[in-house]
Amino acid sequence: MYFDSLQAALHMGGHGFFVWTAYAVTVVTIAAILITPVLRRRRFLRQLTGQLKRAQGAADPSAPGER
Amino acid sequence: MWPIFHKFGSPPWLYAISGAILRWLLPITLLALVTGMVWGLLFTPSENVQGNSYRIIYIHVPAAVVALAGYYVMAFAGAISLIWRMKMADVAMKAAAPVGAALTFVALFTGAVWGKPTWGTWWVWDARITSMLILLFLYLGVVALYEAFDNKEAAGKACAVLSLVGMVNIPIIYKSVDWWYSLHQGASIKFTGETSIHSSMLYPLLLMIAAFYALFTCCLLLNMRAELLQREQRTQWVRKLINEDVVN
Repeated sequence: MYFDSLQAALHMGGHGFFVWTAYAVTVVTIAAILITPVLRRRRFLRQLTGQLKRAQGAADPSAPGER
Repeated sequence: MWPIFHKFGSPPWLYAISGAILRWLLPITLLALVTGMVWGLLFTPSENVQGNSYRIIYIHVPAAVVALAGYYVMAFAGAISLIWRMKMADVAMKAAAPVGAALTFVALFTGAVWGKPTWGTWWVWDARITSMLILLFLYLGVVALYEAFDNKEAAGKACAVLSLVGMVNIPIIYKSVDWWYSLHQGASIKFTGETSIHSSMLYPLLLMIAAFYALFTCCLLLNMRAELLQREQRTQWVRKLINEDVVN
């Protein structure tokens, strides 16, 4: 490691605040653009599965919840 | 050639192949991002003039490079959907816009945070920074324009035209540091001529650029998959997918 201690790595000769802020905001943004479409797809799939089950249940009342 | 072109127009094929690609590309991307960030933050030497603030380069430059490359993807997809009415190109265009906006935001934000200790200011209205801000507005404009239309076919056309018109901004961004006097420095990595960056800093930077390209690809595919399912919800293949329970 380039720095002698964790303290030095956090401080970075006075630039620590700027460097760590930049990296933190970048990590949060990356997480957001990766997670948003995954959640959107999951939510939609759940919704559609529910719709299909209800439709099947209405067509065949003897077997509710069966697929 | 043509069979491949037809396959790209097929939603179930695209959904399946993108799922297969993401299964290995996503872990590699995350690994590369983490490696590159730790490398740049902790294992590279500090810079002679700027000290440690230069470490922001490992996210600033990749974000800016891929934000520009992403615009090509969006405008190219827009052109294809305008010319050949290819629906999958419209899906790709719509998927690229929010990712490009996020990367442009990262480039601008990290630039501001880098500018404060280096130039003594968070923001200047210089050519490079202003043209990047316009890029952000173009991306956000495509996102907003798409939502503004109820008729999605009209929305796709309007967004394609907007992204093609916005292409004039791209050479301005590239050339801004040469054409105008600017606080922003010129390129250090050149395809022709001497690269003015030491290898101990160049390698982690190249890794991060590759990682951001991979990140863009992952996000593009993830957005396209979500959009595909929604658009195709009434079709046989989506019904089959849900009934087979291979949804995750």
